[in-house]
Amino acid sequence: MTTPDYRLSQLETLEAESIHVIREVAAELERPVLLFSGGKDSIVMLELARKAFAPARIPFPVLHVDTGLNFPDVLEFRDKRAAELGVELIVASVPDAMARGVVREEPNGSRNRIQTPVLLDAVEEHGFTALFGGARRDEDKARAKERVFSFRDEFGQWDPKNQRPELWDLYNGRIHLGESIRVFPLSNWTELDIWQYVLREDIAIPPLYLAEEREVVERQGMLYAVNEFVRPRDGERSFRATVRYRTVGDANLTAAVRSEATTVADVIAEIAVTRMTERGATRGDDKVSDAAMEDRKKEGYF
Amino acid sequence: MGPVDVHSPAAEHAAELARARKDIVRIATAGSVDDGKSTLIGRLLYDSKAIFEDQYEAVARASKGDHVDLALLTDGLRAEREQGITIDVAYRYFTTPRRTFVLADTPGHVQYTRNMVTGASTADLAIVLVDARRGMVEQSRRHAFLASLLRVPHLVVAVNKMDLVDWSEEVFDRIADEFDAFAAKLSVPDLTVVPISALHGDNVVRHSPNTPWYEGPTLLHHLEHVHVASDRNLTDARFPVQYVIRPQTDGHHDYRGYAGTVASGVFRVGDDVQVLPSGLTTRIAGIDGPRGPVEEAFAPMSVTLRLDDDLDVSRGDLIGKPENAPTATQDLDALVCWMAEEPLRPRQRIAVKHTTRSVRAVVKELAYRLDVNTLHRDREAPELGLNDIGRVRLRATQPLFVDDYTRNRVTGRFILVDEATNATVGAGMLTPAG
Repeated sequence: MTTPDYRLSQLETLEAESIHVIREVAAELERPVLLFSGGKDSIVMLELARKAFAPARIPFPVLHVDTGLNFPDVLEFRDKRAAELGVELIVASVPDAMARGVVREEPNGSRNRIQTPVLLDAVEEHGFTALFGGARRDEDKARAKERVFSFRDEFGQWDPKNQRPELWDLYNGRIHLGESIRVFPLSNWTELDIWQYVLREDIAIPPLYLAEEREVVERQGMLYAVNEFVRPRDGERSFRATVRYRTVGDANLTAAVRSEATTVADVIAEIAVTRMTERGATRGDDKVSDAAMEDRKKEGYF
Repeated sequence: MGPVDVHSPAAEHAAELARARKDIVRIATAGSVDDGKSTLIGRLLYDSKAIFEDQYEAVARASKGDHVDLALLTDGLRAEREQGITIDVAYRYFTTPRRTFVLADTPGHVQYTRNMVTGASTADLAIVLVDARRGMVEQSRRHAFLASLLRVPHLVVAVNKMDLVDWSEEVFDRIADEFDAFAAKLSVPDLTVVPISALHGDNVVRHSPNTPWYEGPTLLHHLEHVHVASDRNLTDARFPVQYVIRPQTDGHHDYRGYAGTVASGVFRVGDDVQVLPSGLTTRIAGIDGPRGPVEEAFAPMSVTLRLDDDLDVSRGDLIGKPENAPTATQDLDALVCWMAEEPLRPRQRIAVKHTTRSVRAVVKELAYRLDVNTLHRDREAPELGLNDIGRVRLRATQPLFVDDYTRNRVTGRFILVDEATNATVGAGMLTPAG
């Protein structure tokens, strides 16, 4: 008989760690909610939440801040997945907030910043005390600094200079009324880990993540698919190209990349050799300044 | 990104990667301000090709002077760039064909020592950087001591800026000897000393022609080969109950499972177990893992245990083995690292979080405050100030199920929380009484 080696694979280790975090929040915080956009990270989050409580249902609702500029495919996927799991889906709408005069459209067309007040309003309305996010530390240098349990004050603000020390896996979820904790169970995952997990667990994803011939325009060196939010401007000409998405943010600002990857395994093979980060390759909005993400997070953004 | 050939062989490779039993090795780096820590990390990431082109270009744009400042890869916050220092722990990831590394980049500034403890608490290995020109300084001792206190199993001393001491073997040997002598007073099970130049990359990923006298491994080679698998406790079965799962649905009407993370040891279906604090015994009827039932569970798996009998078990209880139980005690003797401005004083009330159990406690006694430079014990000290370490006795309102930290890093640790501010104010490691 051989001696068992009692080792977990890299993905099993990350999975165990994330499930531990999710259960800890459900046990200690009054009213958690999981931010679910239908993007790959939040899809993995939801799958981990399902596993954490199976065979019982996920004991908290999911929330989506809909900017009104989302890819229709992704919204469809969002609704379907929430229904399959029997979780309550709450949608906070940016266009509604604009109609009520709560927020105003920014001149650059990005709804990144105006999502924040809409999110904070929803948190207040429903009394959420903990918000699960799918953010990973490998995404951005400001995120690399964030704790797994990230304390936010009553304005939802992050203070990078005054974070709670986070020791071992002993998370401190104590808060006063009005304060909240942002929780990042995927902190230690990388983009490659996410894709490998999607493959390993055979998790469904929106078709946008896989390569297909799509009508695109080229803008500042990036390819944007033509859709109801992106029309060729003067001097631009659309053409057909085989592309996929590495991230799915707002349809007007998220670029696609040229790719031949038509399966998840193909996507992994491509990512393993790419020399660009997913945001660098696809997001116009992070290039505003070197500390764009840090500044948004201080205001209450994820 | 240009199209690459992704069909069959690559796809198979992807599937193979997903199954791979690669170790995740967690590293904490420490060192004094200006010892070049951020530069070393930048170098490790850059030379192991963990830096993406767009990140590198952003750093190149932000660099002042004629070379690309790799330190900017890690010092990401505005205040850090303004002051040229690292304020808070940053976590970085890089992968080699052998291993995946999670690197906690912890600050050297004395006022941020609590962050060093934060970074080191989960580490398998700590790297302490020393400036070859200055040798061991207070901060190097403090960081080596903290690593040993937290039982980080492996310590690496990287003697940096060797280019500025003419690659002197004598300087290197002197620092190595000094460290050996200091480490002998601590419990450092494994110490390795490497001469490097983080700025130029010598002995970081590739052997340096400038140190022909050095026959040891490069830093990365050591990180890739250090033996970490044996550092877990697989002997003492400990399962703190985290969450009770009771679906109460038609399909699972009678399901009652105790979810949690195996702290140490191994649990198998059919094992006799004992539940604390009740002391009642039963058997494991089933174990549910993330992909369904499994025959056994070991640390650090997150699973759900089903028991033969319907016992009253709730969060904060501990499932163990009758013949090998932890100590149930309300008296906690521990080394405490204090992390708040407001000092810790005898008679103070405080909240303790230990595994999944939270209790209130009172500080009965401060036995001594430890000088981390001389390891001298000051028995007259009236309090522990910010960044002080001392031996404390706490009396908890309810028993906790504990082991000594030296035997079990999970059941031997706790955090202290200020009940008024909710801040995490201390880290404790249990030691034998006396």
